[in-house]
Amino acid sequence: MKPRPFDYARPDTIEEAVALLAEYGDDARVLAGGQSLMAMMNLRLADPAILIDIARIEEMSHIRDLGDTIEVGAAVIQNRLLAWPALKAKLPLLAVALPWVGHFQTRNKGTVCGSIAHADPSSEIPLSLATLGGEVVLRSARGERVLKASEFQVDMLTTAREGDELVVAARFPVKPGCRAAFREVARRHGDFAMVAVAATVDGDGTTRLGIGGMAGTPVVREIAEGNVKDTVEQTIAELEGYEDLHASAELRRDILRNLAPVVVAEAQSCAA
Amino acid sequence: MRRVNKDQKVRVSLTLNGRKVSAETEARTLLCDFLRHSLGATGTHVGCEHGVCGCCTVQIDGAAVRSCLTLAIQAEGRDVRTVESLAGPDGKLNRLQQAFQNNHALQCGFCTPGILMSFTDFLSRNPKPTEDELREVLSGHICRCTGYAGIMAALREAVGADGNEHDETRRQT
Repeated sequence: MKPRPFDYARPDTIEEAVALLAEYGDDARVLAGGQSLMAMMNLRLADPAILIDIARIEEMSHIRDLGDTIEVGAAVIQNRLLAWPALKAKLPLLAVALPWVGHFQTRNKGTVCGSIAHADPSSEIPLSLATLGGEVVLRSARGERVLKASEFQVDMLTTAREGDELVVAARFPVKPGCRAAFREVARRHGDFAMVAVAATVDGDGTTRLGIGGMAGTPVVREIAEGNVKDTVEQTIAELEGYEDLHASAELRRDILRNLAPVVVAEAQSCAA
Repeated sequence: MRRVNKDQKVRVSLTLNGRKVSAETEARTLLCDFLRHSLGATGTHVGCEHGVCGCCTVQIDGAAVRSCLTLAIQAEGRDVRTVESLAGPDGKLNRLQQAFQNNHALQCGFCTPGILMSFTDFLSRNPKPTEDELREVLSGHICRCTGYAGIMAALREAVGADGNEHDETRRQT
């Protein structure tokens, strides 16, 4: 199908974009890469009065090394971050997680922050941001605020972003000596994951397990040494998982039970 | 700031296969429909219209993207390339196209333009890909004739990974 008619605005600056958001609030939708939003509009699941196209705003097209974090602006497409020469050294989790995001063709247009703002519970980028304990930078005409990933994504496709706020960047923490692994199970590579698992092992030995597709938001657990199985079983008991047309809750639990130890072992064994 | 109201016609200009073109349309017009209906470039096919099948894949500034998930106005001022750009002016197929013909990599041909545009981008970045990399990029396309074996054979020939020596004249694009 085709989208319903809408007003279109392509601001040149963040200031212009947030002024539009202040005026239209929830009647507006922000368009960056459009790899989820345009599909929803074509299917008429989304019907904004105005579309605010931020893809050409220069101030948000940066990948910036801030020392302890890497800041990725809201206009940065996924394949650009994937091709960033320092990615493997600075953000090894993103280096292994990004190839799972959609397809080569959708990563050519989909943005890093767009995926975070869309907040699909099985998405790889929000899961990576949560596992690393990253942050989301929000701007409005009222000012700026920075939320932790766990504060930003509150439920399935739901975030703490107010109607007049624009996601301007995401900040991914750099952890010295971090090793990482990422795997997911989907019906077909590039489809929505039934369950996605991220694992990181920091230089100090802290092991973190990030789980997508089992709840409305990514779930992150620290794992005490050699205790992967207990942590997974405990998490399964807490979360239960949910049922949709892709998988039953039982299948999700089963995938997690089998996948998590593999991913954690892979992160532990890979070279820093 | 560029701004277009929903009941307003808008003139969108872009470069299509090296030629500057423009046409009147609406803000809500998808790039695939703009190419086909407004510009008459019907080589780009429209399948699922929600980014899954890959038939409508074109290049914008060299990057292979879904033209059904792109508004025409988003491509304003950009360099758009479609399947019509691949063959030479005399109609001679380029190396990738010729490999598709040699290996019967198309049956109905509906998905072919999108696949060719994806691999034109991907192979320019990665001329010597592995089998897995080729499959990963192909996973962004659906061939409902299920002719994937032929498509993979064509891709292997196009990248010189099929173990055969080919007539050099065929290799020239």
